[in-house]
Amino acid sequence: MADSFNFELVSPERLLVSEAAVEVVLPGTDGEMTVMAHHAPVMTTIKPGIVEVRTDSGTINRYVVFGGFADILPEVCTLLAESAVHVDDIDRTDLAQRIQNTTEDLADAKDEMEKTRIAEYLSHLTTLQASV
Amino acid sequence: MPSLKDLRNRIASVKATQKITKAMQMVAAAKLRRAQDAAEAARPYSQRMGKVLANIAGAVTGGADTPKLMAGTGNDQVHLLVVCTAERGLCGGFNSQIARLAREHTRSLIADGKDVKILCVGKKGYDILRREFASRIIDRVDLREVKRVGFVNADEIARKVIGLFDEGEFDVCTLFYSEFKSVISQIPTAMKIIPASAPDFEAEADGELDASVYDYEPDAASILGDLLPRNIAVQIFRALLENSASEQGARMGAMDSATRNAGEMIDKLTLTYNRQRQAQITKELIEIISGAEAL
Repeated sequence: MADSFNFELVSPERLLVSEAAVEVVLPGTDGEMTVMAHHAPVMTTIKPGIVEVRTDSGTINRYVVFGGFADILPEVCTLLAESAVHVDDIDRTDLAQRIQNTTEDLADAKDEMEKTRIAEYLSHLTTLQASV
Repeated sequence: MPSLKDLRNRIASVKATQKITKAMQMVAAAKLRRAQDAAEAARPYSQRMGKVLANIAGAVTGGADTPKLMAGTGNDQVHLLVVCTAERGLCGGFNSQIARLAREHTRSLIADGKDVKILCVGKKGYDILRREFASRIIDRVDLREVKRVGFVNADEIARKVIGLFDEGEFDVCTLFYSEFKSVISQIPTAMKIIPASAPDFEAEADGELDASVYDYEPDAASILGDLLPRNIAVQIFRALLENSASEQGARMGAMDSATRNAGEMIDKLTLTYNRQRQAQITKELIEIISGAEAL
């Protein structure tokens, strides 16, 4: 059995998950990354996507997060998400609403930098929509 | 002297009022519990946010690329005051206490020759501050439709504040809210959120892992740039939650004493009522007796 570490998923409203996990897959801004126990300390921002948590007993929990960042230490991994829900509880209309809002933002964007940023966010959202 | 009927009516109406205040007190108590739970639930996030910020701030501060949200614009001429109050009254001194603190702050800033802009969150604070500083209030956020403050509400306010900051509308931002100490004590508080004060972070970082061992992805500066706006939203969210707990606490206290006052009033009125009734009976008796004696 692989070593486990403590994984915490926190949203501003409450502490969603705090459990022993063996493996966590995070949608990092620079690409997906898998965190296991004894990981080197890393801090990374998170893009909208799915977090996959494999617990000690082998069950896999999947959560949808909309941006945030993760603080990874050898024994703990804390994911601070702007908003997070379990995959089963995802509200499709909410997701569609977010996509629409972002599309509107993109149309309103003034400079190139902002445009690229929003376009990127939008593409994350649509990928997410396709995958749930 | 009011007649017996008047007194009876008076007593009935005070009793009705007492029932209402009693009910409001109980509702406030129930809401207070919920508000406290919400504040409790939000604590882990802000704590961890503080820790993470402390770590990163330690790694980045001092460089020329320190984000403006943290380093400030370099001067403190224009102040933005975000005044968070309740949407409803009947909660004792809650709203006026926050407004008074904000007003004193505004006056002293004006006396120092600074520019002051005010952003009102909640209707009551706006109503109070409007009397004196109507021209300085640049915007107000209405939370009346909101049943429970969520992070989205705080995020919206934070976006407004950051938008204004990016446009160079102000240099320093202070948040006014009421801190919930206990049911009987709520302390109006002013907290500076822009520029974020680095010493706070350092204090929190005590005993934490050395920042230098961290790997940053993409890099520390851009994470910090991402984190600071979020931190402002979190601070505002915390203030809103504290505020709603304080509001319910204050309302509970106010309604409790209102109920008690109504009780005292009822006692007093009942006493007068009984005395007067007695007097009337005596008077009637005297009339009957003197009538009988005259025969």
